[in-house]
Amino acid sequence: MIPTLRRKRMRSLPVHVTAWGVGVVMITPLLYAFVSGFKSTDQLSRNPFGLPSPWVASNYTDILASGAFWRMLGSSTLIAVGTTLLTVGSAALAAFALARFAFRGREVLFTLFTVGLMFPFAVAILPLFILLRTFGLLDDPWGVILPQAAFGLPMTIVILRGFFREIPGELEEAATLDGCSPFGFFWRILLPMARPALGTVSVLAVVASWNNFLLPLLVFSEPTWWTIPVGVQQFQGQYATDIARVFAYLVLAMVPALAFYAVAERQLIGGITMGATKG
Amino acid sequence: MTSTGTHHERPVLGEKPDTGGPNRRPLARRARDWLTAFTFTVPALALFGLLVFAPILYALYVSFFNWGGFGAPSDFAGADNYIRLLDDPVFLGDLWRGLLLILLSVGIQLPFALAMAVLLNQKLRGRAFYRMLFFAPYVLSEVITGVLFSMIFAPDEGLADRTLGTIGLDGLGGLWFADQDNVLATVFLVMMWKYFGFHMTLYLAGLQGVPAELHEAARIDGAGPWQRFRHITLPLLGPTIRISVFLSVIGAIQLFDLVWVMTQGGPDHHSETMAVTLFQFGFKRYQIGYASAISIAMFLISLVFALAYQRFVLRRDTEGALTSMRGNR
Repeated sequence: MIPTLRRKRMRSLPVHVTAWGVGVVMITPLLYAFVSGFKSTDQLSRNPFGLPSPWVASNYTDILASGAFWRMLGSSTLIAVGTTLLTVGSAALAAFALARFAFRGREVLFTLFTVGLMFPFAVAILPLFILLRTFGLLDDPWGVILPQAAFGLPMTIVILRGFFREIPGELEEAATLDGCSPFGFFWRILLPMARPALGTVSVLAVVASWNNFLLPLLVFSEPTWWTIPVGVQQFQGQYATDIARVFAYLVLAMVPALAFYAVAERQLIGGITMGATKG
Repeated sequence: MTSTGTHHERPVLGEKPDTGGPNRRPLARRARDWLTAFTFTVPALALFGLLVFAPILYALYVSFFNWGGFGAPSDFAGADNYIRLLDDPVFLGDLWRGLLLILLSVGIQLPFALAMAVLLNQKLRGRAFYRMLFFAPYVLSEVITGVLFSMIFAPDEGLADRTLGTIGLDGLGGLWFADQDNVLATVFLVMMWKYFGFHMTLYLAGLQGVPAELHEAARIDGAGPWQRFRHITLPLLGPTIRISVFLSVIGAIQLFDLVWVMTQGGPDHHSETMAVTLFQFGFKRYQIGYASAISIAMFLISLVFALAYQRFVLRRDTEGALTSMRGNR
């Protein structure tokens, strides 16, 4: 037993070394930022590699004590929640119609939405900006929520439609016989059954909104509604010489996203693979 | 499964709907059904039409004008903006750099992601941790990633140059984002850090669909690890790989946030992408007409690539959502 076990170990050694090596490369930038945040900038330039001595917590505590950071967190959250509700709500209704009704023009409509998968923000950003300006939606959270929801629709509809189609037709017939209207079926039977899929698309929408940069950058000229990505970029510009402080800021800005990932890992990964195979 | 080839597979316009109960439903009932279905799609259609389609059509319109962004566009320029595009060394450079990034992604990033997926698909201590760690950067925003790496690759003071200095390679320092010849490769390194875990995750999901019995049978027949990978894993992973290539290409064509934060396209345009050029002309120089022409070009490149890819590469795998109008229920 023992020799074969050892041989197995020897053979898997390169595998371990590779995984470990890649792991080190992946984690180093994150750890470096975390540790550097505990140094003063002066200390950082004298001692870039070692542990901080002394540990300086003021970079972190100053940021946490400032209202600006929490305001950004709040506006990122508000915008992400608003975008998600609007995207998933309107996409679920549309996906229901596209999955369960046979009507003329259905496939044309679906194709129209899937072509939307090709539209990045950048393509439409100029006219979108002009449109938002015309409607007075600049420096207004709706100016970010509405376009984000619109651009999130294609992926959400594709995933949800695929899911809705797998729910057996007999269920709908039975509900109709019991006097259920189409909306009643959608609301009371289909949506509860589709909870896992709804969770998945919601997680995708939250992440997309949370990380969006270009649109909030252009829409919010005043700091009132700045989201985290916009704030990070501004902070870097403002404290360009105080590197340690910027590191601390980066780490704090990462925490919500990483925490969300830790909680919603399964939905996120499920959603990404689903989006890739069904989209 | 795309059905553009054979005619009889397509529904003829005016034909009765292919599913949904008896064919001879009364007209009133069909009209009511149509109305119900339509009502359900109204919110999505309104959002999509107003905020996605209308802006793109408007960009198309504006691209035929010289326009500074205020008042109505009036200085009609015909195709001038497009002609200028084909003669603009920065835009042509964008295309070239985009192509380079695509080649680097497909030639280096994806094979690397595949290798890591195969590696983490076997029993290995800490496997769950590695998977989580490699995917984690995907969750971070491009801005956070970009700022982080612009500090790590900062000349002399950054972690990268400090490390080079410590191991006695100071001479190589300062050559990351600041150097015209290396900037694109550095951007690619950051892209790889951020995105390879995403592709690896796709491959890992694909590997779930490769039956262990096949590998077992091949092993019994004397196939080595490489042969099993080449003749079992790779073919069965085909659909996943084709999708990941697709996403990678589209991502490279539309790259903006990372570059904008790290280099703003510099030094001297050497890391500029189409989206960065668009932003420069649209929001810094207020040449909205010309910027719109760039956005239309970007859209057409994405669309043509997507359609061609669907038609020639993905047709074996998907229902052909983009190219077929078939009622596939």
